[in-house]
Amino acid sequence: MIIFDVVDRSGSVRTVEVPEEINLNLMEVLKASEYPILATCGGMALCATCQVEVSQGIEKLPSPTDVELDMLDQLPKATSQSRLACQIKINENLNGAIFTIASE
Amino acid sequence: MIVTDICIIGAGPVGLFSVFEAGLLKMRCHLVDVLPQIGGQLSEIYPKKPIYDIPGFPEVKAEELVENLRQQILPFKPTFTLGERVERLTKTEEGDFTVTTSDGSEIKSKVIVIAGGLGCFEPRKPELERLEYFEGKGVVYMVKDPERFRNKKLVIAGGGDSALDWAIYLTEIAEQVTLVHRNESFRGAPDSTEKVFHLAKAGRLNLLLNANLHSLEGNGLLRSVDIINKQGVVNKIETDYIIPLFGLSPKLGPIAQWGLNIDKNAIEVNTLDYSTNVPGIYAIGDINTYPGKLKLILCGFHEAALMAQSAFKFVYPNQKLSFKYTTVNGVNAF
Repeated sequence: MIIFDVVDRSGSVRTVEVPEEINLNLMEVLKASEYPILATCGGMALCATCQVEVSQGIEKLPSPTDVELDMLDQLPKATSQSRLACQIKINENLNGAIFTIASE
Repeated sequence: MIVTDICIIGAGPVGLFSVFEAGLLKMRCHLVDVLPQIGGQLSEIYPKKPIYDIPGFPEVKAEELVENLRQQILPFKPTFTLGERVERLTKTEEGDFTVTTSDGSEIKSKVIVIAGGLGCFEPRKPELERLEYFEGKGVVYMVKDPERFRNKKLVIAGGGDSALDWAIYLTEIAEQVTLVHRNESFRGAPDSTEKVFHLAKAGRLNLLLNANLHSLEGNGLLRSVDIINKQGVVNKIETDYIIPLFGLSPKLGPIAQWGLNIDKNAIEVNTLDYSTNVPGIYAIGDINTYPGKLKLILCGFHEAALMAQSAFKFVYPNQKLSFKYTTVNGVNAF
């Protein structure tokens, strides 16, 4: 199992467990776990409605691609900890990470 | 006033194919799109990308699919209002709909088909107190008429290509331009980046890097903006305008106010015919939702076909619909 924590918009923390080899991205897992993220564009790094702050474990994640960086660069509230959940593949790199869902 | 049978909102692939399905049933269509060209996302976002799941096309570039659809619907002589956003929907006494656009164009139709895809791409707004109060009083999200900034003081916020390009362009027109960017480097075109640094060095552009908008001040009109840097130091800048350029984000827009049942930014439909809760209004393609919904172009095509069969009763209430294959009946142009 891959285990990480998710902080929702109200601040409450929940541990999410995902089977290995699930072949999903973090946005898809958050949606399936019924977090209220819109993910309007369906994972093309176009809408940024799945923005998360990685408060722990960002160094273990693969660097963002140009497409993701271009989008992050435009977002008024993005920080150096910001990522788009749709661009983060679920794998063992996420173990122990903490993701905070950004405000709408 | 444009008068048509079906007003299609959204000229993406699904909106375009609706013209074909409606045309087979002798219904005329007018399409409205906020973008200046047809094709929706396919033209605007990924024209050169190959698509692999269009039946009959092992691989087709997005822009080629749009061109093929354009040719396919030509016999049915669709008309277009492009570059205008749909704002208002009203019902006439005879039971028809009137759609009014941002530029005041009016389209009267018997049926409305919303094929709006992800929605309208609207400017992304920074989180600032009293931002809405200052909209139209100094805060503008689009540079439509650069002349309005002549001899004015402006602050541009953002680090993308449009922020860089406008900052460069407006230094020629405005009295003073300040460019505020969160990072210390730009990801925009290297050429533009170089120009911005050059203008800053020459003292023609006030460049504030590692900085963010903090607060707006003014009484009636915007007077100044506070900029905060990474060290937390606040810098007040007198300005007439602030132009936040943080890209575009898809929103449902004014359609959300039309009394349709909405679930998470999508319009709920009946899968029998993709009708909404308002008789005469249909929603097809990525903008609708129903149990098992898949956001695929091919699903949108299917939805368009069923929608057209159902819309027939609003356009020709006294006629019986008889289904005919194109292989039997051909395509009878208008």
